[in-house]
Amino acid sequence: MRRATELAAPILLLVVLVGAWEAAVRGLGVPQYILPAPSRILISFVARFPGLLHHASVTLAEIVLGLLMGGLGGFGLAVAVFYSPILDRALYPLIIASQMIPVFAIAPLLIVWMGYGLWPKATVAALIGFFPIVINASDGLRAPSEESVELFRSLGATRGQIFRKLRFPASLPTLFAGLKVAVTLCVVGATIGEWVGAHQGLGYLMLQSNALLRVDLVFAAILTLSILGLLLFGALRIIERRVLRWRSLS
Amino acid sequence: MSAAAIRTTGVTKSFPGKRGEIPVLASISLEVERGAWTTILGPSGCGKTTLLRILAGLLAPDGGEVSIANAAGSAGRAAYLPQRDTLLPWRTALDNAILASEIEGRPLVAARARARGLMVRFGLSGFEHHYPSQLSGGMRQRLTLIRAFLADRDVLLLDEPLGALDPLTRASLQDWLLSVWMELGRTVVLVTHDVEEALLLSDRIVVLTDRPSMIGRDLRVDLPRPRDRASIELVRTKGALLDLLLEGR
Repeated sequence: MRRATELAAPILLLVVLVGAWEAAVRGLGVPQYILPAPSRILISFVARFPGLLHHASVTLAEIVLGLLMGGLGGFGLAVAVFYSPILDRALYPLIIASQMIPVFAIAPLLIVWMGYGLWPKATVAALIGFFPIVINASDGLRAPSEESVELFRSLGATRGQIFRKLRFPASLPTLFAGLKVAVTLCVVGATIGEWVGAHQGLGYLMLQSNALLRVDLVFAAILTLSILGLLLFGALRIIERRVLRWRSLS
Repeated sequence: MSAAAIRTTGVTKSFPGKRGEIPVLASISLEVERGAWTTILGPSGCGKTTLLRILAGLLAPDGGEVSIANAAGSAGRAAYLPQRDTLLPWRTALDNAILASEIEGRPLVAARARARGLMVRFGLSGFEHHYPSQLSGGMRQRLTLIRAFLADRDVLLLDEPLGALDPLTRASLQDWLLSVWMELGRTVVLVTHDVEEALLLSDRIVVLTDRPSMIGRDLRVDLPRPRDRASIELVRTKGALLDLLLEGR
């Protein structure tokens, strides 16, 4: 019941906005190749559904692979920076500086280096996605109190045990917070990767349709991408609730 | 009750402060009797916790020597219970209780069975699979103490384990703790600033002076257990000890 009322507000707003859009396009007689009406987009979405599904599956693979790479890389960096003060000093400024480089500038290089397939897109996604993971995981690894660490040490725990049984589980809540930000960034990253050079995927479809003045298909691709992003976010939340069951029980 | 479980000779410790070193412990020599309950009592900030952490092997003394159960170097030898709540929120009560066994690589099935037994015996029956956030403050503290007993060390070092509880829960946990100790045994070193708690539980009370701390008074409590909070002897000793603590300020 609460869920229903929670969902009601955004759906209502969406209906109002889409309704205004439909009315404006029809009332003002905007040509289709400038801005199609939502009804037109929906018709194209349904008509081209199998094709959209195929492109979506390609983009999905890029996003998931990118998130995995960014997640593992980001968490690995966080652990390295946590345990090595030298690496901390050397790497942290570089990690932050890396965020100032526009990914658009690197994406063409990645295509040159890695070819047209899955990897350059996943890499672009990973490059954008790893940052919130590093930052959040670093915070999480520092979360256990000095007393908890001392308790482990007084029991004779090794550094590895302190990591596995204390720091790693303690870092999971913030790691998931980072992953949820990262997944939305990975959607953007994969699309950018496809814009730069691809022969399939939703980003590729957008670019192609745009060139053909099929704006309805551009929007259908955007709609598909949004749904994909929402589904991924939802999936992460379900995994998060499973893994962090102890948090929802208090 | 013969050999000393812990022996310190001339232990000193200071910490760096803004204007040079601040001496916290000035030559503490102490022998803790095996199987007895020894309480270290003192005003707050006097270095009780520092002494306990040195006994736990978490802090190296600047000078002097510490030996626990005749083995030099004491890390991992005594079970230490820090002041703040250290239950792991992602583990159930039962899995928190067996932490020490897990760290030492002892068989977990046996450890769980034993922990379950103790939880049932000591008032946590039915809460084995609850997470710490689902337990009351008193129950969490019981669980923390059971975990310390399950570490199977000869010596338990308790740093104000009941400090954060309301007076009623605290009183009931004092009785509970005594009953657990009387049943399971162990050498206990308790740090507290609560005079009544010290008198209720201890065989011996070591009073530390203000910083730099020395042993101001070493007192044996020979009253039979369980003790009555309102008995004349207890109240009278309590008054004398409070005077002693206030004098030191």
